[in-house]
Amino acid sequence: MKAKIYITLKEGIHDPQGQAVQQSLHTLGFDMVEHVRMGKLLEVDLKDMTNDTAETAIKSMCQKLLANMVIEDFRYEIVST
Amino acid sequence: MNIGIIVFPGSNCDRDCAHVISHVMGHSAHLIWHQEPSLHGMDAIILPGGFSYGDYLRTGSIARFSPIMEAVIEFANQGGLVLGICNGFQILLEAGLLPGAMLRNAGLSFICEDAYIRVENAETPFTNTCEAGQILKLPIAHAEGNYYTDPVTLSGLQANAQIVFRYCDKDGHTTTTSNPNGSIANIAGIRNAQGNVLGLMPHPERCAEAIFGNQDGHVIFDSLLASLTGHKALPA
Repeated sequence: MKAKIYITLKEGIHDPQGQAVQQSLHTLGFDMVEHVRMGKLLEVDLKDMTNDTAETAIKSMCQKLLANMVIEDFRYEIVST
Repeated sequence: MNIGIIVFPGSNCDRDCAHVISHVMGHSAHLIWHQEPSLHGMDAIILPGGFSYGDYLRTGSIARFSPIMEAVIEFANQGGLVLGICNGFQILLEAGLLPGAMLRNAGLSFICEDAYIRVENAETPFTNTCEAGQILKLPIAHAEGNYYTDPVTLSGLQANAQIVFRYCDKDGHTTTTSNPNGSIANIAGIRNAQGNVLGLMPHPERCAEAIFGNQDGHVIFDSLLASLTGHKALPA
């Protein structure tokens, strides 16, 4: 099975990278862009297990290593293969 | 005194620190590879600057799980003196030995220049030979030095005199323009509540002897060693 894990800056945390991308999009003429926030996507292959077990493991991975809970949030999708 | 300097894959200020400890300060520096399980009875520990694990995922996030870090955390919890410089500061944050986190510099650039910092607390084991309010000129070299913490933690840092260094101009004014990276409250360095762990972004090891034309960093190592040798009493 596969999991997609998204790590994003918490709301209200300054995101200078997102801001720079937003400015660049405006320079290219994409005036419809109102706001850009940047984050990370991790695609993780997992051994087959129940969704509950996978979710518990993913939450633990995020809290221990993948996200810094001071500044980041995480969410995930489990993708059946 | 025996000072242990932890070497992670990607550390690049480890030898500079060892040089200052041994050749400038006249003490013994021991480079300790991150896979070692023990600190071998060191008197104090330095986590040096660099790019441990290529700064992958987040700065310091992978180094924080190196085998040696269990021993460093235990040493710190027992009151041992731990100094984290630049990437070392980032590792201390990731390890939870200091509160808060680092964001990308507000201006996005990697900044490599001299910065002025003001000593906000001169009664720590790392600043006890400084004067309160003393202004130091130290080089900074980082892309992720934009210190952030939530408002409650920030109030706690202020109330407990845990903010040890703040970015300022050459006259000591902490202004927005003297803040190189966007750090909250111009923070350049903090200590833990117990006072035995310090992290700072500037590099004192790069300006601790006359040949560099700037010796402002010397006072940090002098304070650390004075604390250890008892030449200056540790604050209660």
